[in-house]
Amino acid sequence: MIWETVRLSLRSIRRNVLRSFLTLLGIVIGVAAVIAMLTIGSGTTEKVKADISKLGSNLLVVRAGRPAGPGGPGGLDQAARPLAEKDVTALVAHLSGARAISPASQKQVRVIFGTESLTSGVTGTDSAYLDARDWKLVSGRPFSDSETRAGTGVCLIGETVRQQFFGAGDPEGEIIRVNRTSCKIIGLLEPKGYTGFGQDQDNVVLMPLHAYQRRVAGNRDIDNIYIAADDRTPTSELQPRVEDILRDTRRITPDRDPDFAIRDMTQIADAMTSATTTMTGMLGAVAGVSLLVGGIGIMNIMLVSVTERTREIGIRLAIGAHEKHILIQFLVEATVLSLLGGIIGILIGLSLAGLTSMALTIPFAPSPAVILLAVGFSALIGMVFGFFPALRGARLDPIDALRHE
Amino acid sequence: MSAPLLITFDKVWKSYGEGEARVHALAGVDLAIRRGEFVAIMGPSGSGKSTAMNIIGCLDTPTAGTYSFMGVDAGRLDRNRRALLRNLYVGFVFQGYNLLPRTTAAENVELPLIYRGVAARERRDLAMQALAAVGLVGREHHTPAELSGGQQQRVAIARAIVTRPTLLVADEPTGNLDTARTHEIMELLTRLNAELGLSIVMVTHEADVADYAGRTIRFLDGHVASDTLKTEEAA
Ligand SMILES: Nc1ncnc2c1ncn2[C@@H]1O[C@H](COP(=O)(O)OP(=O)(O)OP(=O)(O)O)[C@@H](O)[C@H]1O
Ligand SMILES: [Mg+2]
Repeated sequence: MIWETVRLSLRSIRRNVLRSFLTLLGIVIGVAAVIAMLTIGSGTTEKVKADISKLGSNLLVVRAGRPAGPGGPGGLDQAARPLAEKDVTALVAHLSGARAISPASQKQVRVIFGTESLTSGVTGTDSAYLDARDWKLVSGRPFSDSETRAGTGVCLIGETVRQQFFGAGDPEGEIIRVNRTSCKIIGLLEPKGYTGFGQDQDNVVLMPLHAYQRRVAGNRDIDNIYIAADDRTPTSELQPRVEDILRDTRRITPDRDPDFAIRDMTQIADAMTSATTTMTGMLGAVAGVSLLVGGIGIMNIMLVSVTERTREIGIRLAIGAHEKHILIQFLVEATVLSLLGGIIGILIGLSLAGLTSMALTIPFAPSPAVILLAVGFSALIGMVFGFFPALRGARLDPIDALRHE
Repeated sequence: MSAPLLITFDKVWKSYGEGEARVHALAGVDLAIRRGEFVAIMGPSGSGKSTAMNIIGCLDTPTAGTYSFMGVDAGRLDRNRRALLRNLYVGFVFQGYNLLPRTTAAENVELPLIYRGVAARERRDLAMQALAAVGLVGREHHTPAELSGGQQQRVAIARAIVTRPTLLVADEPTGNLDTARTHEIMELLTRLNAELGLSIVMVTHEADVADYAGRTIRFLDGHVASDTLKTEEAA
């Protein structure tokens, strides 16, 4: 019986193509808006997450200077006492729960190979850096401990540097000039792409810290200390330990503010993720309102349809249709209509989200749960908003209905 | 006549409106119709013919008095029970055909079977048989707009008889047809009455249409004014 009714309602939808299409429009737009918003939103969230995880996961970054505000970036006191090698040594000796601890200093420097040149981010660091930043080598080897200690002229290069100088060729063993020093390429870094702020993370040269300090920077300062937590230790637990040790080595009594800042990348990631999630939810809710408007559209059109088809209802009642047959017919019709609208809306919404993702270079992240929800919700809207008109049709008096012109 | 009673009106009243404006469309009608009869109902406009037909077809209920259909007090059944009675025992033919628009003849004829829960295959077969019985083979897939008035009325008759009803209720079935078409339809009804034993109650304004029936009942101001059998007339 239900199947029969679905067939009947499909038939009547087909018989009134234009009206059916207009009825659908509200639902189509509503569902498309919701799907597009939520899909683009979750793509943005993924993009933000990915950007942050490119910086390294479970990572603390120590910098010299007073923190500008809670969790806020930048704004460091330039005159502050820089970090020094003894801070790193103290952390390595006393900090528990860290997987890798690595000092790093960086500078934009002109790098030259043959007649080609490129301004690159040159970083002086040690062999723990790759581990701390979750960075891998495509080929070659990292610095050895002795190279780090001695400050030998060796380096690792990023993909952008390789392409600039060697095209698709193998860079290993070649000598490039960095500032006034030359160094031998011993490895190629795995490509990381751009950050969300448009910075090319592959335009880099890594070299031993001592070599960098002596021949590039000309001082013994350390800009950052990267500390990666091990799997069992949350960064929130690690952070106070780091602060204690650094206060100790830098002789800062507990009553004074520290002259260094510890940034927790996990916290920043969480904050940014929850911000984009909240925004996605809000946009989704706004789009949801248009879905409601679509539902009212369905009710309106179904009421018109019942009035327009009063005579048809009369005929059906006269030849033996039960009240419930009429009720089911119009309910199914409304549900099938809005379901159809929902499916079209999903397709349009996904296409919109796909195009937008391409334009914004964010991941296209359709969620099966959201799609299922949209299908269910549009069916529900059809049923809810179709019920009142359907009931009106079912309750008609067959004689009045037959007399209706 | 020994056939069992199909319909009885016992002091049936049907009134509309309140107080001063109260109109009695039927004012104490007594009537009995047996199975297999072919009855024509005549009378001036407003005399209560359609009102009586609606009650006979279980579409409506009396304001007072008793209406029995096949021994059941149909006047006191709720609308869904009456819908069931209509579906099982009554076929309707209207003056205006009342086919579903943009729906093929076959689909129109199948409609009552859908509400009976008949399977699709059987429905199609029965619809074809009914369309054949009214002489519309080859027009199954035409919509009402593609059929003439006489053909539409044949589709309506096919729809009314497809469920093999006991009673056919026809309110001015030839009212919209020309003379030639009228006689074709009347011959068809006569044949259905004779061959299937289908009881027919039909309203008409035309004496030559009423002549096809075995019995003529005249209404006047909500009363039965006369009730004549054809055989008596001939005698
Ligand atoms: N729903 C209604 N409300 C009020 N009065 C009605 C209603 N239906 C019928 N009547 C009145 O009842 C009386 C009988 O109407 P009915 O339709 O039975 O006449 P009829 O014999 O079929 O006439 P016609 O030959 O014109 O079809 C008329 O006076 C009509 O105005
Ligand atoms: Mg009438």
